[in-house]
Amino acid sequence: MNTDRKKAHFLTKVKNWPLLLPVVSLILVMAVNIVHDAATGVNPLSFFIISLNETTSNGTILYGRIIDILNRGSEVAILALGMTLVVSSSAGTDISVGSVMSLSASFCCMLLAGYGVSSTNELAVPLVVGVLAALFMGALCGAFNGTLVAYLGIQPMVATLILFSAARAIGLLLCNDLIVYVRNDSYGYFGGFTGPIPTPIIIAAICIAIVAITLNKTSMGMYIQSVGINSKASRIAGLNSKRIIFLTYLICGLFAGVAGLVNSSRITSADSNNIGLYYEMDAILAVALGGNSLGGGKFNLAGSIIGAYTIQAITTTLYALGVSTDQAPVFKAIIVIIIVAIQAPPIKAYFRKKSLEKGVAKA
Amino acid sequence: MKKKLLSLVLSAVMVAGLVAGCGSSASQTTEPAAEPTEAAATEAAAEPTEEVADVEAAEAEIAKEAADAVADGETITIGFAQVGHESDWRTASTKSCQDVFSADNGYDLTFVDCDNDSAAQLEAVRGFIEQGLDYIIIDPIVSTGWDTVLTECEDAGIPVIVIDRTIDDSDKYAAWVGSNFKTEGLAAGEWLKAYAEKNGIKEINALVISGTTGASAQIGRSDGFKEIADREGWTILDEQTGDFTEEGGQQVMESYCKSYDGKFNVVVCQNDNEAFGAMTAMDNAGVKYGPGNDVILISFDACTAGLEDVKAGKITADFECNPLAAPFVEEVIAQLAAGEEPEKEVYMEEHWYALPDAIVDFSIDGEAQTMTEVTDDVIAAQY
Repeated sequence: MNTDRKKAHFLTKVKNWPLLLPVVSLILVMAVNIVHDAATGVNPLSFFIISLNETTSNGTILYGRIIDILNRGSEVAILALGMTLVVSSSAGTDISVGSVMSLSASFCCMLLAGYGVSSTNELAVPLVVGVLAALFMGALCGAFNGTLVAYLGIQPMVATLILFSAARAIGLLLCNDLIVYVRNDSYGYFGGFTGPIPTPIIIAAICIAIVAITLNKTSMGMYIQSVGINSKASRIAGLNSKRIIFLTYLICGLFAGVAGLVNSSRITSADSNNIGLYYEMDAILAVALGGNSLGGGKFNLAGSIIGAYTIQAITTTLYALGVSTDQAPVFKAIIVIIIVAIQAPPIKAYFRKKSLEKGVAKA
Repeated sequence: MKKKLLSLVLSAVMVAGLVAGCGSSASQTTEPAAEPTEAAATEAAAEPTEEVADVEAAEAEIAKEAADAVADGETITIGFAQVGHESDWRTASTKSCQDVFSADNGYDLTFVDCDNDSAAQLEAVRGFIEQGLDYIIIDPIVSTGWDTVLTECEDAGIPVIVIDRTIDDSDKYAAWVGSNFKTEGLAAGEWLKAYAEKNGIKEINALVISGTTGASAQIGRSDGFKEIADREGWTILDEQTGDFTEEGGQQVMESYCKSYDGKFNVVVCQNDNEAFGAMTAMDNAGVKYGPGNDVILISFDACTAGLEDVKAGKITADFECNPLAAPFVEEVIAQLAAGEEPEKEVYMEEHWYALPDAIVDFSIDGEAQTMTEVTDDVIAAQY
């Protein structure tokens, strides 16, 4: 009897766990690979095997599809951090992050290569200057968005639309309409490897840790949520609502700068037209997949991060399955619809009702 | 208060940036005079050659012609509605037009950058008609929806020359100048056959990283290569898109290296950027590529950075997609001015690049091809 109650208690706990659905979605996506591998006669767990591999340029590295997901998902995970805060505080989305990534990367590469130079092996300025410039540019764009939204009261979508369309163009201007190649190993570090581990994973982990610690150790997280739930009430309660909204956009821009740096370092060049293209959509999707309401207020950071890696898991799975590329977006859309649908309030409510009915019937 | 001030200043800086940004990207600039480029003369175009002497002669020729034209006071007005500025290739294409149709050469070029907006491009062409220009050059962003505006051009008596991309739903243009993407694909296939025979490679297992699905370059290159692959009985293990970007190439190759570990010996990337990405991914997987190694790496476009990698022994062969259409367009204009009927489809001369070890004799449809050895001079002359 006692064990039964314990079991029931555990089940309710799991049922009420806010991360249940995001985690289940991620597992489901990965499970597709087990089925596929088993059906094609390969080791069913081959998708999950992580091994050490000799490279021709980077020594020994961790190697495997899971590493690919963690590595390639880094940018969206970093963006999702800032996006979660923005969504929570202002009930709006920052659609400029992809373009800001591109601008930050272009600014950084332009400084490292020198203006008008399209390809270089030597750095024109120390690496740290370029890195700080990318972060500064990201933060500057974030501050611009934040000012428009927080202090001028412009709709977030409209306010960030400005940089959404302009930032990429400014980046192209900085790069003189060219792809700027910075073929220098030190610049490739941020998209390369630290020992056996891909650096983007480490950078993403550091960003996640900083945000998580700041939110947990200070009241910042609570402030952001309360502003998102009711900014007027929060102001009357003594919070500087505007400053908090401004700050979330600033952080979001800064992280876009980090993501831009990582993305450009992967390809050791600033491809202004393609860096961060459609990443804003993935970042927003990550927040939604994480079970967060895009209406602001309460947020769940872990959910957004899981959402980000889920998106990458879908992409990597489609590559692994060898789905022909003209069909891949259709599959991606179907998977996303399913994930979003099972998290939709009416469907959740339906299942809750069902289980209640079951409980009643049992009694 | 201080913070408020700071944010105000920051936003002011951004606004200034925006204004500057709009100022120069927002189209409609008449291009300043520029130096005449290599191979710009009619003769050079008719008989393209790589010898510097010839190019110099051609330049002298243009200068003379231009001087004549200017002396006659006959400035030819041309409108050019360009796709946008999305790649180095595009920038080279724009620059080619601006160099050839410069004021020094006796032209007045109105250049419009349409930023990949097909409605803006139609408007730009209508603007050209209103201005009553002599010739209109269009690089169509989309291939359909052109009949109405081309009819308007015809009614106004302005000949239209289409470059690079094609127009499918109208034939009311004087000529189309561009690359034959299928020939590029065929060239890659025929080269691979000859190279494999020379090096005693019996079996070909190819992986293809294709361009943006549906782009004419992707379709042509895939079709051409596949035709040879089918004829020779090669295996194409997989074909996925890298969207013509380096990151796309990296991701696709990363996955290929795991799915087809040790099973492939040819990688075909449909542009240089994808090849750069594929190289990084193969490095990380410990796969050796390039001339004399396990994996043959084939790329298209042959931009400067691509040729540098050919020289460094990483890309085995690179097949050019020539962005310098302007000299060929100039030839068409000369024919039209002389009252002649130009050819409806003008294919540009393109080069196939490799290092001496990988230079082999091959032919496309019985037509013998010459390959170009990559040297520092060749790289310096490339776009």
